[in-house]
Amino acid sequence: MTTPTQATTPAAARTRTPIGAPGRLENDAKGGVGTSPQRPDGALKVTGEFAYSSDLWMDNMLWGVTLRSPHPFARIRAVDIAAALATPGVVAVLTAADVPGRNVFGLELSDQPVLADDVVRYQGEAVALVAADHPEIARQAAKKIRVDYQVWEPITDARAALGHPTWNRLHDHPAEDVELSRSAAAIHPKGNLVRHLKIRKGDPDEAADVVVRGEYSVGMQDQAFLGPESGLAVPDGEGGVDLYVATQWLHVDQRQICTALGLTPDQVRLTLAGVGGAFGGREDLSMHVHGCMLALHTGKPVKMVYNREESFFGHVHRHPAEMRYEHGATRDGTLVFVNCDIYFDGGAYASSTPAVVGNGGTMGIGPYVVPNVRIDAYGVYTNNPPCGAMRGFGSVQTAFAYEAQMDLLAAELGMDPIDLRVRNAMAEGSVTPHGQTIDSPAPVAELLQRLREMPLPAEPDGADIDLRSLPGGVANSTHGEGVKRGVGYAVTYKNVAFSEGFDDYSTARVQIEAHQGNPLVVVHTAAAEVGQGLVTIEQQICRTELGVENVIVHPKNTDVGSGGSTSASRQTYMTGGAVKLACEAVRDRILTLARDRTDAPLDDAALVDGNIVTPSGAVLMSIADAIGEAVIEETREHHHRPTEEIDPETGQGFAHVQYSFSAHRAVVDVDTELGLLKVVELACVQDVGKALNADAVVGQIQGGSAQGMGLAIMEEIVVKDGKIRNPSFTDYLIPTILDTPPMPIQVLEYADPHAPYGLRGVGEAPTISSGPAVAAAIRQATGLPLTRVPIRPEHITGT
Amino acid sequence: MDFLQPSTMAEALAAKAEHPGAVPIAGGTDVMVEMNFDKHRPPALLDVTRVSELTEWGMDDGRVRLGAGVSYTRIIDELGDRLPGLAMASRTVGSPQIRNRGTVGGNLGAASPAGDAHPALLAADAEIELQSTAGTRVVKAHEFYLGVKRNAARRDELITAIVLTPPSGPQQFCKIGTRNAMVISVAAFGLALHPDRRVVRTGIGSVAPTPRRAYAAEEFLAAELESAGLWESRAELPTALAREFGEKVKAAGAPIDDVRGTAAYRLHSLAVMARRAVTWAWTDYRTARGT
Ligand SMILES: Cc1cc2nc3c(=O)[nH]c(=O)nc-3n(C[C@H](O)[C@H](O)[C@H](O)COP(=O)(O)OP(=O)(O)OC[C@H]3O[C@@H](n4cnc5c(N)ncnc54)[C@H](O)[C@@H]3O)c2cc1C
Repeated sequence: MTTPTQATTPAAARTRTPIGAPGRLENDAKGGVGTSPQRPDGALKVTGEFAYSSDLWMDNMLWGVTLRSPHPFARIRAVDIAAALATPGVVAVLTAADVPGRNVFGLELSDQPVLADDVVRYQGEAVALVAADHPEIARQAAKKIRVDYQVWEPITDARAALGHPTWNRLHDHPAEDVELSRSAAAIHPKGNLVRHLKIRKGDPDEAADVVVRGEYSVGMQDQAFLGPESGLAVPDGEGGVDLYVATQWLHVDQRQICTALGLTPDQVRLTLAGVGGAFGGREDLSMHVHGCMLALHTGKPVKMVYNREESFFGHVHRHPAEMRYEHGATRDGTLVFVNCDIYFDGGAYASSTPAVVGNGGTMGIGPYVVPNVRIDAYGVYTNNPPCGAMRGFGSVQTAFAYEAQMDLLAAELGMDPIDLRVRNAMAEGSVTPHGQTIDSPAPVAELLQRLREMPLPAEPDGADIDLRSLPGGVANSTHGEGVKRGVGYAVTYKNVAFSEGFDDYSTARVQIEAHQGNPLVVVHTAAAEVGQGLVTIEQQICRTELGVENVIVHPKNTDVGSGGSTSASRQTYMTGGAVKLACEAVRDRILTLARDRTDAPLDDAALVDGNIVTPSGAVLMSIADAIGEAVIEETREHHHRPTEEIDPETGQGFAHVQYSFSAHRAVVDVDTELGLLKVVELACVQDVGKALNADAVVGQIQGGSAQGMGLAIMEEIVVKDGKIRNPSFTDYLIPTILDTPPMPIQVLEYADPHAPYGLRGVGEAPTISSGPAVAAAIRQATGLPLTRVPIRPEHITGT
Repeated sequence: MDFLQPSTMAEALAAKAEHPGAVPIAGGTDVMVEMNFDKHRPPALLDVTRVSELTEWGMDDGRVRLGAGVSYTRIIDELGDRLPGLAMASRTVGSPQIRNRGTVGGNLGAASPAGDAHPALLAADAEIELQSTAGTRVVKAHEFYLGVKRNAARRDELITAIVLTPPSGPQQFCKIGTRNAMVISVAAFGLALHPDRRVVRTGIGSVAPTPRRAYAAEEFLAAELESAGLWESRAELPTALAREFGEKVKAAGAPIDDVRGTAAYRLHSLAVMARRAVTWAWTDYRTARGT
């Protein structure tokens, strides 16, 4: 356990604050837990006024650019920087030799060089840096760096990579464990194996009346956040640096930057700049170390902004997966066994592959009760683009497979697919394949039954066609010819927060003082706001817990202890929980001060509407009077209840702290002759435990549903021979508003007794169940097996 | 980089004559993308948006003279009745923002095989007006596209207008994209029936190095309509005929596999689009007596 970080001098006191750095959030929003105050960034983003990290500015700053490898696999024989360095306007050109600390970083395993040293292992790996007084000069100079490569044939197939002789020798030094490592993750003992997770439960050879088998694959999805990687590094003149950056976890960035720069945490201070979306793609470092190296080397602030194409090479993607499943059941539809093999292609560096394998494996058969389970899940190194965190994290891939299997089994049994799912659904008290008893509500059956009861959208009546309602839209490819409608269902569960024994925590500092006769609260956490609405939640919790209206959110930085990662659907649970704890400590101190001013018993007193009130609501005194001249500040860490590492041979253990559950019904019109699609409706039922902000919850469900649908029908980074063929939004397609259907949503609130307010993390589950429901609907409309997503027109037309 | 901003046609032509390497920029929706990706570093840009002859349309001797710089949005709003095929194609271009900026002149200048205006222009027998200080010449659409992203305009010429005859019969445009808006065509098809001349015209996009017509399909269909007396009788179009027309249109394609689609899918979709489009066009022809 770490102790709460002591307050240090604010970063801004040491260096000047750049234009575009976030200030304190002071707004007029009102409302506590359970209300829906408007988010502060919405209008600014829509009107173009929001300050993103790419808008950061200092007058004397330099611009940094990165030279990247064009080859997926090659030895670097030599790097000649002379011509680049001689370019007028260029201030610095740096290579691996200039990394001041240790040339290594990585989220779970330290296996990736800051700048490639002797070998490049994927197309786009950073090789050199240039700083110049104009971005264009820097870009042109980077082209003058001559890198002499000995090009090797890349290993691009995950299964072929396991035990591949050549490649093994070249990724030879084992990666080091870091804070986030899972000890169950074998560190490529055979070269390219990042992790092999085994689940062994019951007898996998148990006989079943009916057996269905399928092989499934999932393409590489991108987070496709709109704000490209960017930040500004400002040297402090004393060997330290302030970094303003768009990221998901300031403290884990800080740890890696310190290693690479050879500096201490008090010398490397991070502030969260305006984030334009994340979805997992900002968990790993991008320009962080590079910008700091250039700033420390030149003594000037250095700004780096990737363009859209570079962004596709500048962050990890969702792991593509190859999966083989075998389901056995009795005639009446009771699952007897599930066996499966899951291969995640992690690309050239580990990133969060071990944890992705952990999720993909432990939750790999979906929210069903099965007595006999064998799961083998592998994470593998290849020369493909590195893959890591993305919303849904290992569960998105397996859900496509296990839900397709449930439909296949239902068809084989002649059963209704919902009946089959309901019959085998997990409930509170059920035991998962990894031997964990579900100890809070698990309304899997109810989600499905509610979906079934929701009215279906009207069938098109044929008269007065609106092209926008047809597959192909205004492209006018059908007026109804060839169009068939399909309906598909899927349900999922997903762990919330960090798992497998990791001591996951968030820190919050809450301060209160009386300001012009009114209590004023400042809440300070390092938890990244990436557009999900955490700042609003922090304010709501303070208002509810302290009975005040006015809550200011301090800029997110490393002057306070870690907020943990903005990922794993965890921030409302973890940082929200920390804010609640800090508020409770502040409340205790307010009441202590109040005791000096009144003889009334305060043990049951509450803070409401700016006053200290008795249980019956009688006002004892105002909070401002109680505080007087004092400034009360409390910092608290919120650790969730401990989880366990799973057994390396059987995969058994209390691995996950909480699960969230969602289910989707998709209605899709398919032009069966052209293979074009119109998702007509995407209905969702999700249990969120407690909706702290109902509008934000619905927003998360809508966004997650659209992102999951995107993977089912269009989103794919096409990689051939280790090279990305579509690094642009011209050819990496994400759904537009005309592809996004109406979404009837029901939110259930079955409290989890272990969680603050009973809440469940919301953000990921809908991303997992929407895509499989869409795929199921397309299968129903076409009668085709469609075992690969994204489903392309060619898969439907057979051309 | 120089930025030239003529405000009259004469100035524009003089500028182009003096700086043949200057790249004209209309909506900039192709030019700026290429510059952003550093594919292109022209010595100068020639902004054509201030030349009113380029940004207006009008009627000239019964034909529409469409200035090269008229936006797609205006074509959709103002020319849906006179240029139905081109308006349908315009509706499928990009997003509202792109349609507000993008122009047919720019589509022709870029001469991408995937440009959506081209199949409609080919089917409508459009003529492209090119001007230079040396004079004006007119090139027929089917002679305009010379190769991948190459067109018939000389370095000293500007594309000034597109001249089209308002239709005597129905027109259709269909496109295949892998999402339902803002997508580059995987394949596109333009069709115009010209009952006054008793000819059929087609245009196919994204299925060959250049946009092109499907000549054999056009001749086949016109001959079948003629021999069966269908132009006069306006009887139903035999399904088999529509299907065979589709197959003949498909035969005109010579596509490649790329990240947007396979060659086989492109050809398949072409046949389906042509069959459907001719069926819709014929239904329009049958129901629109008097045209
Ligand atoms: C997001 C996005 C979506 C798009 N979607 C589509 C789509 O769906 N379908 C489609 O077809 N296209 C699409 N495009 C491409 C582009 O919008 C079209 O090609 C458009 O017609 C270009 O017109 P413009 O006026 O913007 O051309 P510009 O970019 O200004 O010019 C394009 C080319 O034409 C030349 N040019 C322009 N005017 C003249 C002139 N008067 N004389 C000689 N040469 C000239 C230029 O020098 C340049 O080579 C898209 C582009 C973007 C950015």
